[in-house]
Amino acid sequence: MKIAFELNGKPATLEIDPRETLAEVLRTRCRMTGVKISCEAQVCGSCTVLVDGHPVSACTYLAYEARGKRVTTIEGLADESGRLHPLQRAFLDNFAFQCGFCTPGMILAAKALLDDNPNATEAEIIAHMNGNLCRCTGYLPILKAIRQAATEMRGEK
Amino acid sequence: MKALSDFKIVNHSVPRGDGVAKVTGSAIYTSDMTVEHMAWAKLLRSPFARAKILSIDTSAAQNEPGVIAVLTGNDLQGLSPYYGHGVKDHPLIAIGEVRFVGEPVAAVIADSELIAQEALSKIVVDYEERDPILDVDTSLAPGAPLVHEANYAGGSFRGFDDFPGASGNVCQAVHVEWGDVDAAFASAAHISEGEFYFPMIYAYAMEPYVAIADYDAKGKLTVYSSAQHPFMVRHDLAKVFGLPVNAVRVVVPYIGGGYGSKSYTKIEPLVAACSWKAGRPVKLQLSVEEAFLTTRSDDARVRMRTAVDAEGHIVARQATVHLNTGAYAENSPMVCRKAANRIIGPYRIPNVKIDCLAVYTNTVPASSYRGLGAAQVTFPGESEIDELSEMCGIDSVQFRLNNLAECRESIHPGMRPIDADIPGDVRKAASMLHIEKPLPAGHGRAVCCSASDAGAHPVTLAMVQIYADGSVSVLSGSTEIGQGSHTVLTQIAAEEMGVPLEKVRLVGSDTAVTLFERSTGASRTTTLMGRAVLEACREAIAQCKVMAVDVLGVSADTFVEERGGIRCGEKYLTWAQILEKYFKMEGCSILGRAYLRKAGDLDLIPVFWEIGVVGVEIALDEETGRISLDTLVTIGDVGLAIHPAMTEGQDLGAATMGLGIGLFEEMIYDGQQLMNGTMLEYRVPRFSDLAPHIEMQLVQNRDGVGPYGAKGGGEGAVNPISPCIANALHQITGVRIKRLPLTPERVWKALQEKKPGTAANKHDRA
Repeated sequence: MKIAFELNGKPATLEIDPRETLAEVLRTRCRMTGVKISCEAQVCGSCTVLVDGHPVSACTYLAYEARGKRVTTIEGLADESGRLHPLQRAFLDNFAFQCGFCTPGMILAAKALLDDNPNATEAEIIAHMNGNLCRCTGYLPILKAIRQAATEMRGEK
Repeated sequence: MKALSDFKIVNHSVPRGDGVAKVTGSAIYTSDMTVEHMAWAKLLRSPFARAKILSIDTSAAQNEPGVIAVLTGNDLQGLSPYYGHGVKDHPLIAIGEVRFVGEPVAAVIADSELIAQEALSKIVVDYEERDPILDVDTSLAPGAPLVHEANYAGGSFRGFDDFPGASGNVCQAVHVEWGDVDAAFASAAHISEGEFYFPMIYAYAMEPYVAIADYDAKGKLTVYSSAQHPFMVRHDLAKVFGLPVNAVRVVVPYIGGGYGSKSYTKIEPLVAACSWKAGRPVKLQLSVEEAFLTTRSDDARVRMRTAVDAEGHIVARQATVHLNTGAYAENSPMVCRKAANRIIGPYRIPNVKIDCLAVYTNTVPASSYRGLGAAQVTFPGESEIDELSEMCGIDSVQFRLNNLAECRESIHPGMRPIDADIPGDVRKAASMLHIEKPLPAGHGRAVCCSASDAGAHPVTLAMVQIYADGSVSVLSGSTEIGQGSHTVLTQIAAEEMGVPLEKVRLVGSDTAVTLFERSTGASRTTTLMGRAVLEACREAIAQCKVMAVDVLGVSADTFVEERGGIRCGEKYLTWAQILEKYFKMEGCSILGRAYLRKAGDLDLIPVFWEIGVVGVEIALDEETGRISLDTLVTIGDVGLAIHPAMTEGQDLGAATMGLGIGLFEEMIYDGQQLMNGTMLEYRVPRFSDLAPHIEMQLVQNRDGVGPYGAKGGGEGAVNPISPCIANALHQITGVRIKRLPLTPERVWKALQEKKPGTAANKHDRA
């Protein structure tokens, strides 16, 4: 079947198999391999993408459900000139990743939070991010990165 | 020695070389790769822990549209299908029998993953089930059936040749002894004694095992894999397929987590055999559920006793360690050796007797896990240290200080003396934890430590290429598992060659391009590869100086080396300018190289001691038994931090894995079956487990054999966390729990048991 949606700001029309997940379609048909697949059970958050601004686990979300919607992956975060999003810069500044496998999902989950609530408290950040696992960092650098990006996104820096 | 303040690039937290790729999604991992004409494999796994395979009928699967081939243990004629660097006991796919639930029995290779998956159900396997051996006691019982009936050849890599042969179901036996333990216990003032259990741990590298293999018609094998040790994989593949080493190429893109679980050979021989059979490149991507069935840590039962004299000096330690190694040896012989060494801890103990057995059972094969045997034995070791300090009436920090080895003191006969200031580290941790301050109700504090003879066998070869345009390439066989090796190695080259960091490129990891590096693990990369890169730079500089004599027409004593080149009177030439003038040709480059081996100052093992010093303050909810971390402090005694922020990142990451072991993590078997082999049921640390107060400190005494006095630090902090939590819990409640993890249920039951006359008294404390 054919579906149409907006992918990283551009229209996309694709022939898909109705049983394919959004993660499969993005990774194999659109070559958006920044969408990572790990637990396949909505626990780890590594496949997080934004659908109409909301974080979803693409590993268990049918691509069919994305028809007519706005899908954002990590590949769509930098602006057209290549300038990185404040969260991407903050993750670099704070060494908020090691192996990097959880990073795209982490950044997109954080973006969903800060777009909705740029004044998120530390407790709100932790509660929101609890569905994204990182096995390398011990989380503190990620928390610092999100706080730094929030400051910048509020226009305080 | 160069002063810290003189470093321009080293000892600075420069941007990560892999940073932009990883935050923009452009970093390519093996799981993201495809190759031309690639087919997909899926595996049929054994439902039984121990069974004979009477027959396998693959014809129906074979006839499915889109299926290219089916591979079973009956198809391996012409190959040497058993591999293993310690013991060659591991068939690349089950041959005639299965030894654990989840062992691969057949592989379908098809045009798509979905076709392969669906064809698996068409394969008919006839098994003859046998009684499985599921625990160490059954395995060691007299007359127990054998997990392996054949005698296998030993693996061929050095580092294992000191292991005596084992027999029966004992995969490996290691005995460590000095002094007279019996006499010491007979005259001791206090003895702490107990039986401890450390569970099976799943590393959960977020990228599950994945490999692409291409066995081409000309007999060349190319493998892309999420593997920590490409050169060890290459060796096993060459042996399995009877190929010369130069016909096997192993390429490792970015790796989505390792923590030891991707060390040595895993699925690569099977994927390569699929390609060999199918005549196509083949990709096999395991799921996390399948990764649970591929590798785990050795679980350990430790019976230990430790004795002190009347002054509170440790006089003896004796222990019997039983490691449950699962169905195949993998790296457990080394885990066994290291657990036997590391159980002594960083203490001077005059009488020691340790027996450590790695025992085969019909469970998922155990292998390397961050810390390699140290976490398993630090839990009992540091628990008993606290018990003894209490018996002696000495504060537990002071008790440690009284017994810790000083720098340059030898604690293991024949080994390198301690190359760290462990007493100083422990004092720092206690001070950062404010250990003397009054505790809030329900809170407890503890400091624990460990010392590991780093398992880094020093064979490390490196090259650097110096270009006439001022750029530099580092060719390194180390893999980037997230630890930041690709950043650190370029920092060292930039520092030595006197060029900006942006001019240095890291080339790797590709066995066809780089020289041999034994492995990426045991925190070795900064120490060994870092030093090799430094020495390769110095060798290139020596060549440049010879060329400078020619270019300038002067003798070598008329110029001096000055950062990035030479000064001859008023004249300054960079290394690049010398090359350009020497060759009179753009685009030229020269090669500097270094070959490190077990010789000279690297002859004495360990190459360095890996130190773990941590402190915690925990909060206990007595109503529920739930423990949470209030404060975490870590000390990184790393000689010199080439990249301070990433070094602290290793400490926090390792400590957080330790927290998982201490509080949540355990693979649970019910009979033959792993019960919690998914991330829905296996709990790892999350954001909300983050301690509200975290302080990390690096100790940089430049006492290592690595570049500028550096030494490794990726594992230390994982080891002492679980006993630290257990000791803090004991401080709060007086309850000592000798089995991990300290789940709310286990803690609650232990608290109830302590209360006289309660119903929960009947519950087994374990």
